[in-house]
Amino acid sequence: MLETLAWIVRRDVTIALRRRTDVFTTLIFFVIVISLFPLGVGPDLDTLRLIAPGVVWVGALLASMLALEQLFLADHRDGTLEQILLAPQPLPLLVIGKVVAHWLITGLPLVVMAPVLGLQYDLSAEALEVMVWSLLLGTPTLSLLGAIAAALTLGLRAGGVLVALLVLPLYIPVLIFGAGAVEATTSGLGGSAHLSLLGAMLLLALLGTPLATAAALRVSSG
Amino acid sequence: MQNRLINWFKFSSPATFYPLARRLAPIFWAIAIVLVAIGLYMSFFVAPVDYKQGDGYRIIFIHVPASWMSMFIYLVMAGWSAIGLIFNTRLSFMMSQALAPTGALFAFISLWTGSFWGKPMWGTWWVWDARITSELILLFLYLGYMALVAAIDDRRRADRAGAILLLVGVVNIPIIYFSVKWWNTLHQGATIKMNGQTSMDETMLLTMLIMALGFWAYSIAAAMVRVQSIILEREAGSTWAQELIGERA
Amino acid sequence: MYLRGPNGSGKTTLLRTLAGLLRAETGEIRWDGKPIHQVREAYHHELLYLGHLNALKEDLNPVENLRMDAAVRANPLAEDAAWQLLANIGLRGCEDLPVKYLSQGQKRRVALARLWVSRAALWILDEPFSALDVASVDALQAVIRAHLSRGGMAILTTHQEVELTSGTVCLVTLGSDLPEVRHA
Repeated sequence: MLETLAWIVRRDVTIALRRRTDVFTTLIFFVIVISLFPLGVGPDLDTLRLIAPGVVWVGALLASMLALEQLFLADHRDGTLEQILLAPQPLPLLVIGKVVAHWLITGLPLVVMAPVLGLQYDLSAEALEVMVWSLLLGTPTLSLLGAIAAALTLGLRAGGVLVALLVLPLYIPVLIFGAGAVEATTSGLGGSAHLSLLGAMLLLALLGTPLATAAALRVSSG
Repeated sequence: MQNRLINWFKFSSPATFYPLARRLAPIFWAIAIVLVAIGLYMSFFVAPVDYKQGDGYRIIFIHVPASWMSMFIYLVMAGWSAIGLIFNTRLSFMMSQALAPTGALFAFISLWTGSFWGKPMWGTWWVWDARITSELILLFLYLGYMALVAAIDDRRRADRAGAILLLVGVVNIPIIYFSVKWWNTLHQGATIKMNGQTSMDETMLLTMLIMALGFWAYSIAAAMVRVQSIILEREAGSTWAQELIGERA
Repeated sequence: MYLRGPNGSGKTTLLRTLAGLLRAETGEIRWDGKPIHQVREAYHHELLYLGHLNALKEDLNPVENLRMDAAVRANPLAEDAAWQLLANIGLRGCEDLPVKYLSQGQKRRVALARLWVSRAALWILDEPFSALDVASVDALQAVIRAHLSRGGMAILTTHQEVELTSGTVCLVTLGSDLPEVRHA
């Protein structure tokens, strides 16, 4: 069973590596959004340091949401999703494989890129480290939650916009604790409590969301 | 036991529920109008003036019951959805869909009156208070549900997709509420303190309860009206619906 | 079992419902006496469904596609076995080309290659013969015959009849009342 999961991850990552533009669009979107804020707010470093955690996290939220629509769409169009639905294996497990691959393709690059962007906002090394940790724990939760919305809106005309509407309210806890972790660090309170809560949310999401996504996929493909 | 089960399931068929909804709607309209009229009278003329907030506080007689209803209706919708997914009853999904606009309306009223209340009390239309923020998120959840159901052409898929979304939402609401509260205390932002229970006058509480019951009756009435049109729209092809349309024409 | 009927008569819908992709509006589909949604994994273990879509990833080559598919089916396929299989069905030389460079007929053959390694008892095939050349049609008929003679079942929509040597053939035409049963 875990072997199948590994196969699905491997397949999706291989495909993504063969079509690199998809990976880069998400990443470039993230970079651009975050670079826009100083232009709107002004280059004052004190202000930028203050808004940095929120800006980076909102950027990550939007970027990972943008990539969601593609999560099941290609498989839906070419018929491989049908085969996954008909596989003699628990569907939630296969869903986890899809989400892990999706995170590796769209989430992990954001985590890697974030410290560089944090430097633009003059964040301290300590804050940058916490930011990476918070993103590392938080973005998989975003992908897991987002998978539900992606499955529910599969193949709909208004898919992309609808995903945003469905998923953003669910992202709020991750945003609060993710940005909160970085902010707590810069204000000297320490972000470990926030990070533990992000970890707890990741575990909960890992247990709960694949079931909902699997149910949604069955509904949407029917 | 067996008999009772059969009776319940009898009304889970849209064809039998339709006439029932038609009979119930006017009754609940009447109850709603009477209760809200009494409630409004009490809130304007009977309830005492608050010694701190003056007359401005009277808006809570709408604000608080509306907030209650907005949360309660979401739970009811999720309940109907769970029933629909488990027992595969179409009517349950229709009930969820019939309730959604009312729930969204109450969430909106709650925010609207909240900001009307905030202006004289704090001098600002919007306060990022934990409760108001949660109410805003609840409104987003309602809008998301309605948008999803409206975007799917296949009714069966729309029913089930909406139901899954509601259940996901219901699981998430406590987490969202908790995190918003944490965020609020952490930032030491505005926290709206209602009059504590101790200082809540009995007439005030009674007024609030009457308003809440009135809103409740209104929600049922509105849902009954809406579910009738949903049933007719969905079952337009069936013989009983055709006969009914024939009778009316 | 052949399923026939004019376009739009619901052949594909019926096949998808039988496979468990669609939920039946009324009635119930059973496998081994139990509703399929209760015994989903066991049922899908015994089921091979091929729809209109080839279920191939355009960016992967045929070998990767087949091995991936086999892994999802919990019926792993070794790399050299996949090469051998593709050579057997006349796709030598295409093994490591991304599927997007293959012709329609070649793609269909890659998709159908699953039948040669299938251990499922029930095959549900939606228009398996479309886009195939004469030689491939013969090969496909042969593999279906072999499957049936092993005691397997097949439900297909087609305009092409498989010539059978044994077993029961049931012809269902949607829109008519009674299935026609013939013994070969």
